[in-house]
Amino acid sequence: MLRSRVIPCLLVQDGGLVKTVKFKDSKYVGDPINAVRIFNEKEADELIVLDIDASVNNAEPDYKMIEHLAKECRMPLCYGGGIKTLAHAEKIVTLGVEKVALSSVVFDQPSLIVEIANKIGRQSVVVVLDVKKKTLSSNYNVWTLNGRHNMKKNVVDVIQQVQNLGVGEIILNFIDFDGTEAGYPVKVIQQLKSDIEVPLTIMGGAKSLEDMGGAVEQCGLMGVAAGSLFVFKGKYRAVLINYPERQQKEEFIYGK
Amino acid sequence: MITIIDYGLGNIQAFLNIYKKLHIPVQVAKSENDLEGASKLILPGVGHFDYAMQRFNDSGMRGEVESLVLQNNVPVLGVCVGMQIMANSSEEGVESGLGWIGGTIKSLESIVKVGNNLPLPHMGWNSVTPNHKDLFNNIDSGDLEFYFLHSYYFDCTSQENCIASTDYSSNFCCAVNNKNIFGVQFHPEKSHHFGVNLLKNFAELGVC
Repeated sequence: MLRSRVIPCLLVQDGGLVKTVKFKDSKYVGDPINAVRIFNEKEADELIVLDIDASVNNAEPDYKMIEHLAKECRMPLCYGGGIKTLAHAEKIVTLGVEKVALSSVVFDQPSLIVEIANKIGRQSVVVVLDVKKKTLSSNYNVWTLNGRHNMKKNVVDVIQQVQNLGVGEIILNFIDFDGTEAGYPVKVIQQLKSDIEVPLTIMGGAKSLEDMGGAVEQCGLMGVAAGSLFVFKGKYRAVLINYPERQQKEEFIYGK
Repeated sequence: MITIIDYGLGNIQAFLNIYKKLHIPVQVAKSENDLEGASKLILPGVGHFDYAMQRFNDSGMRGEVESLVLQNNVPVLGVCVGMQIMANSSEEGVESGLGWIGGTIKSLESIVKVGNNLPLPHMGWNSVTPNHKDLFNNIDSGDLEFYFLHSYYFDCTSQENCIASTDYSSNFCCAVNNKNIFGVQFHPEKSHHFGVNLLKNFAELGVC
């Protein structure tokens, strides 16, 4: 049986690993390569690495860093940040990355999804949607550039659009839950997921494996991703890279 | 020596790292000359069928690889699209495959009723039921799991060529074999200890 994926998401800024709260107040938490080594030892299901500076600074992906990460990484790796062209995506795949994640670029040039899917295959094209609830409405809008720019587009429409273009996975990142450890917004996820026919990964708010299990129980097969949960430990949020043992995943997530 | 065919697709470094850790000699071939001394071949791949065929054809290595595999019976392991291009053709594209193992690459949509709990691509860790001793030797079949990332599968002309299957609402063939030619749909290079064992088994296979 296909299992729900339990995925650490690492944010990179200035070559270092950081963790944010609601996309702000980034705190340095260590060296990305060191984190990858720990997740290798723990046999993590997958890894997402997002360079949160690249698009904001309008910079190309940092290929040296990506190459180092891919060389070290013994689990499937999804990289996002600064990918603006087919050539960028191709180069990243040849460095040994399994999946490339696009974000703001899908609004400027939606056809890039089609172009990349035709070359490297649909299974390797991921779209990350940073979403935030509209004030006085139950709808969620998509934001870009680290939550600074409101695209004023309803996430439901964007999901439909990127699916039609042939995306291989959708990652929903809930801005207001990022780093808060307040639990995933399960009800919204449930609604959004009913229209999604590609693999979905959710991110933002997980404080425990129980949160992940609860989301899987209510929403079905999914990728459940988290940052804080896998880089901090305890109420004082001491930096400690961690990942559950297989038995824990079985107990809290797989059976749900 | 185990030789990884680098035609610009797939995670070459991941295979290298695993074999280096196992202290098994390994090399990378980027051109025909590099194939000298190859006693086992790995044909990796990530991507679109046509793109993989074009890159392999343009690599300048196809002729020598085919003579090693088809005439000298050098064992070869195709991974993901590296396995798919061993078929005759694919529904994903228009290029001809290598035709090393009879079959067609078909869309999983033909056997899976796609929906929000059965999404496509088939992505993540899934159980594998093997019926081949050598390649899956010493891997605990109780919870044998590998990482998958694909939308197409190998539909073998002869069921004898299917050596493992996976269940995704329907069973599909996830590993193929014809004499010295092996292929797996999943990614052993990204499947932690399960994958390491499989790659070790491939390295230790007797020459057919």
